[in-house]
Amino acid sequence: MPTIQSIAGELEPHPDVALIERVRGGDLSAYDLLVRKYERQLFRIAQHITQNREDAEDVMQDAFLKAYEKLEQFQGNSKFYTWLVRIAVNESLMRLRKRRTGKMVSIDEDIETEEGSVPRDLADWAPDPEQNYNQAELGEILRKTIQGLPQGFRIVFVLRDVEGLSTEETAETLGLSIPAVKSRLLRARLQLRERLSRYFHRKKAVRKAGVGK
Amino acid sequence: MTCKEFLALLDDMIDGTVTAEVRAELEAHLGRCPHCEVIFNTTRKTIEIYRSHEIYELPASLRDRLHAAIMARCKKGC
Repeated sequence: MPTIQSIAGELEPHPDVALIERVRGGDLSAYDLLVRKYERQLFRIAQHITQNREDAEDVMQDAFLKAYEKLEQFQGNSKFYTWLVRIAVNESLMRLRKRRTGKMVSIDEDIETEEGSVPRDLADWAPDPEQNYNQAELGEILRKTIQGLPQGFRIVFVLRDVEGLSTEETAETLGLSIPAVKSRLLRARLQLRERLSRYFHRKKAVRKAGVGK
Repeated sequence: MTCKEFLALLDDMIDGTVTAEVRAELEAHLGRCPHCEVIFNTTRKTIEIYRSHEIYELPASLRDRLHAAIMARCKKGC
């Protein structure tokens, strides 16, 4: 989880600030610590956007290199992590554009953004529904479900709900307004809920279909 | 409060960014609308599941390799 800045942020600088100062002073071991701290998050974000493991590997490396090269430009107005995420998102989108003519075209079943805005599946889930699947099955369901979201919703959900950025940080990172982030987040959450419901109700639905025959 | 009004405030309710007064209204609606209660609970659960399951894990060996590559390239840039 990203470190939460203390309320007295003005008085207590974020621990990354001291590391950045050391890097600026030529201490590469301090950058090593920063990379280690955030590499998993950056890899995850890149994979969520590119949906391709090799691209995610490249994006992660390029993002850290770019951040290192541009460290002098980091103003400290935002958190280092947010700044880093912005670089990774841009790198991911650039890579995606290169591949655009390929597989991205197939993920378009719900480009109509109205889907999921009005909840349809109103049946409750079993308590701890994930217990009905093993880790591999659950991972597959979660990947498939989130991959089906329109890109613009998926990025917002990942940054805000998975990586724990605030609404303001997500808006800043993606160059969106705060209302736009809020609107996309609600739709993303509802669409994911709707899609997960299909899996978590599957057993029930099959039984119902059987009875109806 | 209608279901539509509830839905418009669903995220704020989940994120805990509503005033005590609005929260009381939302809770009152939940108490008498089983559909919204399901939507609220399952949406919260959706977020929780995605938060607690790392679906794109970075295996230790790959992490080490990428880490070493990044640091080697940074060193060159010095």
